[in-house]
Amino acid sequence: MADIRRRYKKPNLRLWLAGGWIALALAAALLAPWIAPHDPLTQDLLYGRLPPFWIEGAEPGFWLGTDSLGRDLLSRLIHGARIAFMVAFAAAIAACLVGSTLGLVAGYFGGWADRIISRIVDIWMSFPPVLFAILLIAVLGTGLHSVIIAIAVIDWTRFCRVIRAEAMVQARMDYVESAHIAGFGRVKTMIDEVLPNVLPSIIALLSLEMGIAIIVEAILSFVNLSVATDDPTWGGIIAEGRLSIHQAWWVLVFPLVALFLTVLSFSQLGEGLKQRFDPVLR
Amino acid sequence: MTDCLAITNLSATLPDGQRLLRSVNVNVAPGEVRALVGESGAGKSMLSKAVLGVLPVSVKIVEGDIWLQGNDLGRLTAAKRRQAVAASIALIPQDPLTALNPSRRIGPQMTDRLVKILGWDQTRADERVRTLLDEVHIRDGERVLRAYPHELSGGMRQRVLIAAAFAAEPKLIIADEPTTALDVTVQKQILRLIAEMQRLHGTAILFVTHDLGVVAKISQNVTILYGGMVVEEGAVDQLFANPQHPYTRALLAATPRYTDPEASLLPVDQSVLSDLAKAVETADRDWMSSHGG
Repeated sequence: MADIRRRYKKPNLRLWLAGGWIALALAAALLAPWIAPHDPLTQDLLYGRLPPFWIEGAEPGFWLGTDSLGRDLLSRLIHGARIAFMVAFAAAIAACLVGSTLGLVAGYFGGWADRIISRIVDIWMSFPPVLFAILLIAVLGTGLHSVIIAIAVIDWTRFCRVIRAEAMVQARMDYVESAHIAGFGRVKTMIDEVLPNVLPSIIALLSLEMGIAIIVEAILSFVNLSVATDDPTWGGIIAEGRLSIHQAWWVLVFPLVALFLTVLSFSQLGEGLKQRFDPVLR
Repeated sequence: MTDCLAITNLSATLPDGQRLLRSVNVNVAPGEVRALVGESGAGKSMLSKAVLGVLPVSVKIVEGDIWLQGNDLGRLTAAKRRQAVAASIALIPQDPLTALNPSRRIGPQMTDRLVKILGWDQTRADERVRTLLDEVHIRDGERVLRAYPHELSGGMRQRVLIAAAFAAEPKLIIADEPTTALDVTVQKQILRLIAEMQRLHGTAILFVTHDLGVVAKISQNVTILYGGMVVEEGAVDQLFANPQHPYTRALLAATPRYTDPEASLLPVDQSVLSDLAKAVETADRDWMSSHGG
């Protein structure tokens, strides 16, 4: 009994820690204009490269220090979270809707539908993803919309492949056949019998994809292909911090930590939610 | 046609032309329990799949008819056919562990068909399902209806599936080796339960099995298949007392008896099998020549 309880406790702790960080970061992102201590864009060269609060030479009010132009790092991170989360949710949900639907259809119907969709996926995945994203943005033009579209267009294949494989397994189950015999149509069976069983995987993948979208957005802003350079993004801050790493390491380290924690939390949250939603694992 | 189910001269082939069902005739009268016996690969599952309209895509019916309640299924459109099957046949599946959807509660799984296909209202369907759970001797029906399949034992799940099969008062139930996946101790209970439910509802059952011991307990008539061919058929007591075909005799000799555990199990004699193989070959040759192939 104790053993079972411990097994059940573990994912919960993971779920709470990951969920806690995401909730915190999400709240910061939503409330950025009100909680950020400073304007993220205001430069003040007199306050350039101030260290974080626990190091000598810090100024009160600049908790995590400032960058080489004297902009408050904490405020920039909080505003950066706004963009990160916007991209994470919009891109991941779009990729999920497209990929899961096609995967479900391919896996469940098989035959021609599967052959066509699988070939498209194969072709799609043979493009190097980041290069593909850069090309797409070169065509679409920079901006938040382009980033979201680029990530969705590239990453729907992740959902498609996994959900296809799971739907294929489900399609062979006796309860799917029973549903046919009972008179349910193909599409209805797919939605009623197969979808609930692949839903835990979809949720896990969705959460994972949010983390991936944040990374891709950071990469794109690192190479200056994301939103306008003025807007603070985590990737953009990292790119700037790289230039002054010897004078002001904090400008590089804090956005990296924020990025790392958020991506890790999304993947852990995905796993935890999968176990939570799966009646057999629960 | 007064038969509940009449399969006449049914042949089904694989793409390479090999026949899986070789001109099979099986009739099930209303209220009759007919066993369909054969070893694995004899075509008994193929036959039930053909009736239910869930044959694998590669298997094609090339000849013969399936009459359900006097309707020739082959002449119906796919949608009409599905309706006809759904309205009058139910299935008790082989493996209760995979026949229920693991992520849905038992209640909706049982009422879904009544409500969405047969157009009952939800309250009536709920009532009906509760009555049926009572009939299959599930005492805490309310808990079972709210449970997920993995929270129930194998025997319990099979009871649920039996209740679900009888719920819409089908004319025919196809029981596809319903006891094979269960514990020996549970097997007996389930068999008794199916027999009891059958008497209560008067439903015809096509009972697919490889176990002659089971046949004796539950059915009135039996059809023995080998290699997709009907080897022998008749009333159970007659066929058991006086089997005509050597294969039937061999099968009977190979059935273990609880009363005489010392008796050695006899494998089916090689000469019987080679005779059967020859018979299958001859049948195929005749069939080929008469079909210009």
